[in-house]
Parts: sequence; structure tokens; C-alpha cells
Amino acid sequence: MTVTPGWYMALAAVLFVIGVSGLLLRRNALVMFMSVELMLNAVNLTFVAAGRELNAIEGQISVLFVMVVAAAEVVVGLAIIVAVFRRRKTASVDELAGLKG
Amino acid sequence: MTELLVSLAVLLPLSGAMLMVFFGKRLGEPWAGYLGTLTVAAAFGGAAVAAADFFAGTGETVLVRWFDWFPAFGVAAELRWDPLSALMTLVVTGVGALIHLYSIGYMHGDPRYGTFFTYLNLFVASMLILVLANNFAVLFVGWELVGLCSYLLISFWFEKETAAAAGKKAFVVNRVGDIGFIVALMLVFSHFGTFRFDEVLEGAGGLAAGTATAIGLLLLVGAAGKSAQLPLYVWLPDAMEGPTPVSALIHAATMVTAGVYLVARTAPIFAASEVAGAVVAVVGAATALFAATIALAQNDIKRVLAYSTISQLGYMFMGVGAAAYVAGVFHLMTHSFFKALLFLGAGSVIHGMHGEQDMTRMGALARKMPVTFATMGIAWLAISGIPPLAGFWSKDEILGTVYQRGGLWVVLFGVGLLTAAITAFYMTRMMWLTFFGPPRWADGLHPHESPRLMTVPLLALAGLSVVGGLVNTPFRTALEHFLDPAFELVGLAHPPEGSLAFALAGASMLAALVGIALAAVRYRTYRTEEGRTWRIMGRGYYVDDVYAQVFARTGKLGAAWMAFRFDARVIDGAVEGTGGLVRRIGGWLRPLQTGFVRSYGLAIVVGSVAMLAWFLSRGAL
Repeated sequence: MTVTPGWYMALAAVLFVIGVSGLLLRRNALVMFMSVELMLNAVNLTFVAAGRELNAIEGQISVLFVMVVAAAEVVVGLAIIVAVFRRRKTASVDELAGLKG
Repeated sequence: MTELLVSLAVLLPLSGAMLMVFFGKRLGEPWAGYLGTLTVAAAFGGAAVAAADFFAGTGETVLVRWFDWFPAFGVAAELRWDPLSALMTLVVTGVGALIHLYSIGYMHGDPRYGTFFTYLNLFVASMLILVLANNFAVLFVGWELVGLCSYLLISFWFEKETAAAAGKKAFVVNRVGDIGFIVALMLVFSHFGTFRFDEVLEGAGGLAAGTATAIGLLLLVGAAGKSAQLPLYVWLPDAMEGPTPVSALIHAATMVTAGVYLVARTAPIFAASEVAGAVVAVVGAATALFAATIALAQNDIKRVLAYSTISQLGYMFMGVGAAAYVAGVFHLMTHSFFKALLFLGAGSVIHGMHGEQDMTRMGALARKMPVTFATMGIAWLAISGIPPLAGFWSKDEILGTVYQRGGLWVVLFGVGLLTAAITAFYMTRMMWLTFFGPPRWADGLHPHESPRLMTVPLLALAGLSVVGGLVNTPFRTALEHFLDPAFELVGLAHPPEGSLAFALAGASMLAALVGIALAAVRYRTYRTEEGRTWRIMGRGYYVDDVYAQVFARTGKLGAAWMAFRFDARVIDGAVEGTGGLVRRIGGWLRPLQTGFVRSYGLAIVVGSVAMLAWFLSRGAL
């Protein structure tokens, strides 16, 4: 059985949906954060697979960019979560509704 | 050579003014006065030399190009030296130099002595720009500059509230006229594509009658503002708040004649439209009679002369309106001599009376001021129209030409004749009240003759008032030959010849004598006039009050409405309404911000899916 790009796409789709589900269903900010990472990596997977299939280098370049940005985002995001946790003693996003209209 | 002299005529007074802006105070009295007088006198000398060719009858029109001003419109700063502008230049600088000289004595002891001569020199330079311009744009610059100088000099003693108000009034009323002038310039440019006199005036013959009429009437609006004609004359009587030499120079001899000059300069436009010329003449005749009747009942010596000036300007308008351009300009010239003399004489009287201007508190000054009395006597006879003094010839030429045109013009002739009689009457009244009868001045006042500096200009102007008319008599039409090249584009109307000429001259002389005799009898013994008619005329037919009610009051009401209604409700309403709208829309949209991160996330997901579905359904991804 050969592994065609279709398989990679399917795997990426599954990972992405898991990520979306986690983001929408969980309330812990840390877990939601991990879900976002999952979604990002699902997309990365499609990039690499498509790049390989189309014999184009851009796919891998894009992945590197995504990783860099994601790393930066994680730093900021985790810092915010820690700061919020220290102040409010909770990481539940439902209780962080200060900007409610 | 001529080019240089013509340029110098403008630049000398201008440089005098510029020098005095910086050093006027340091020069002080009397050197600022001498500097001002010298520059204007030098300009006169230069102009006289430059005009020598015209006197000899060999002169050609000379254009002096200074620099390109608006290349896009083809407008250059260019001067035009032809007989008409030469004559105007000579009058402006000649009379101007005499009045400068007089001012050295008259303004003695004024704290802003240097400033006065700065303004006066600037005025002469501006007036020369006006009369020497070779296109409408440069003429307009001069037109506005003389208006500015007039404003500055009327309100020269601005500590006095009435003087400040008078200057403002002159400025505002002139702006009304200027609107007409500006629209006329727009029409000229849209039809000819140029402002140059040569092209405009040569092309004027090809104008449609309606266009020529429109341009002519709009020019008349501008001219009526500057030359104080009905209905825009109201500023001139108030302008008497300024120092008397200013009244003589600006509001009698030169600036107010700019309107007459404008009509004469644009003669081909008026020649192309019968209506425009007739309207000019009718306005002039109406103003002449109207102002003369007001002058009858004035007690302030300067106001008599102010209304008299308005009336005489009406004569000039009647002349140029009747296509008697030479006669109109001739009267402009003689009038500038004798009216400047009258004003300077009145100034001498006021000076000798320590500021008194009310004729009811004068009287018996003939002995005290012999020179002033003698010279003013000459001017009185000249303006009344007694031959062979200056006023007779020019007034007679205008009246004769108007009569010669026949038809309804004879009515204007009748108005002119009546005005001549009234003129003689009120001038005689003024002379009698001022110089004869019992002394009515306040106790402790010692009237005295003015110093030599002031009487010399009086004597010079008296000489001009005697001989000035002889340049253009029915027997010797020197001025007409002189001016002819300037009016070669239009047909000049001429006064009648032969026995009719003598009859008309006799009629106008008779009118003058009747006026003088009536006034002499009436005021032989001193009397003040009572009665309603007299009061109404004394108040100038309440025109000022009507204007105050109709224009000033509605203007104020309109401004109040704009400030407290329109601005407060509409403008502020729009600004506050914008803010309120944003606030209200914001209120509607607030519930969208639930504060739950998951609902935002869901919105993003749903939105992405919807967009993806849309692109997929179009098969365009």
C-alpha cells in the first residue's frame, strides 16, 4: 500500500478538526492553546505534503514561517495565561469576560 | 528715455513711501514732508518732460513693460503712456505735489506726521499705477490700492470714533462697487481672452450689443462706487473726517475721478452700447442734481464741498456718458484745480479757526484771511461757471454736447443747467457765511491767516483755476487735439458751433449769475435756515438712515441669524448628530461582544466554512 498525498491530507483534516473541537469545547485556556497548536501543525502537514507532491520548495518555507510565528505566539500567549492565572486564580476562559459588551 | 521717465513717475513716490515706512519717524517734522513733496514734484517734472512730445503733437503711445506677471493669462506689469494717461499723470502729480507742500504746514505738530506722508506718497504711487496701467489687471491693482490709501487716510485720526467708522464705511461701500467691477473684468476676459487695453478696446466694436451693455453697466457699478455716484455716494460726505489735504487730494482731485477715467479709458465699450452710455449720463445727471440740493443745506464747510464734489463728478459722468470724452476729462482736470483749491482754502479756514468747521460759527473772515479769501473767491467763481475761469469752459462744453445730442438728452441738459444754478447758489452761500457777515466765532478765538507754506499752494492752484480752462475753449481746442490719439477708436460727440454755442454759453452763465444773485440777496444779512424742506435736505434726504435701516440692520439681523440659529442649530447639529449616530449604532452592536472566547471562535469557524463553501461552489479555488 502506497501512502499517497491524499492520506496526508486526510490526516491533516482529522488533526485540524480535533483542534477546532478542542478550541470550541474546552474552557481551560491552556488546553485551548494546545488545540490551536494542533490546528497549526495540521496546516503545516498539508503544506509539506503539497510541497512535496508539487515539487515546490515554497511549502517547506511556509512551514518554517508558521513555526517561527507560532513559537513567538506561544511565548506571548503563555505569558498572558500565567499572568491571568496569577491574578484571577483560574484559567477558565468563561470567567474572563471583562470585555463583554 | 520716455520709458525711464514714466517708470520713475511711479517709482519715485513709491520709493518715498517705502523710505518713510522705515525712516518716517526718524525723519520727523518737517523732513518727511519735504521728502514726500520732492518725490511727487520730481515725478511731475519727469512726466512733463515725457509728455513734451504729446504737446508738440508728435508723440506716439509708449508701452513700458516691467515684467511678466501672470504669464498663464498673458498679463504683464505694463505701463501705457498715451495722451490720456499722460494728462491724468500730470494732474495727479501736479496737484498732488501742491497738496503735499500744503500738508507740511497743515499737519504741523501732528504726532503721526511721518505716517501721514507715507500714506500720501503711497496714494500718489497707487493712483499713478491706476492711470498708467495698460491692462485691466494692473488697473485693478491700482484701483484697490487707492481704495486702501483712502481708507487709511480717512481714518487717519482713528482715535476719533467717527473717523474710524467713516474709513470703514468708505471701504465697505467701495467693495460693493468693486463686485460689479470684478464681474465686468470676468466678462471682459471671457470674451476677449486678454486684459490688455489694446486688444480689448479694438475688439469692443465687434461685441454683441447685449454683452457690451452688460460690461458697460458693470463697469459703471465699479465707477459709481469709486466716484461716489448714486446710489453708492454715501461714503464721500463721511470721508470728510480725514485731514483736509486728504479730502483735497483723494476725495476731490484724483481718486474719485478714477471712475470717470475708467469710463473714458474703456470708451469703445460704451460706444458699442447706446444703452450703457445713456445710463452713465443719466446716473451722472441725477447725481449732479441730487447732491447739489443736499449741498444747499449743509452747515459744515467740508460737507458742502463734499456734496459739491459728488455733484461735479455727476457732471463728468454726464459728459463721458454722452460720448463727450474730452469734455468729461477736461472737466475732471479743471475740477481738480478749483476743487482742490476750495478744499485747501477750507482747510486754511479750519486751521485759522483752530479746528472749527461749522459755518454758523464763522463769518467776517475776509479781513482776517485775505489770501485764503482771495484764492477761494477765484475758486468760487470758477466752480460757479463765470468766464473766463476754468469751470466755465469745461462745464459749458459738457452741457453744450449734451444739448447737441438732441432728443431726450435735452432733459439732461436742463438738469445740468438747473444744477449749475444751484451750484452757484450754495457756493455763494458758503462764501458769504464764511467770509462775510457778523463774526460768530467763540470768544477768545483769534482767527489768523495760514503760514506761507499753505498759502503758496493756494496761490498756485488759484492761478491754475484762472487759466486752466483756456486749454480748450471753442476758439482754441488744444486739449482736444492733445487727447485725440487716445480716442481714435470712438467717435467723439462735439458741442454745437456758431450762434447756438453762444446761446448755450449765455444760458449757463445766466444760470450761474441767477444762482449767485439769489444767494447773495438771501445771505446778505446772516440767517440760519429753518423749515422741513431744509431739514430734509440737510440730512441728505435721510438716505443714510434708510441705508442704515435697510442694509445695515438686515445685515446685522442676517449675521445674528447665522450665528445664533444657523450655526447653533444646523452646523453644530450636524457635528453633534454625527457623534450621536455613532453612539447609537454602537449601542445596537454591543450585544455581539459576548465576552465568551468560544463564541468568537465559533464565529470564526462558521465564517471560514461559509467562505470556503462559497468559493468551492463557484469552483474557483
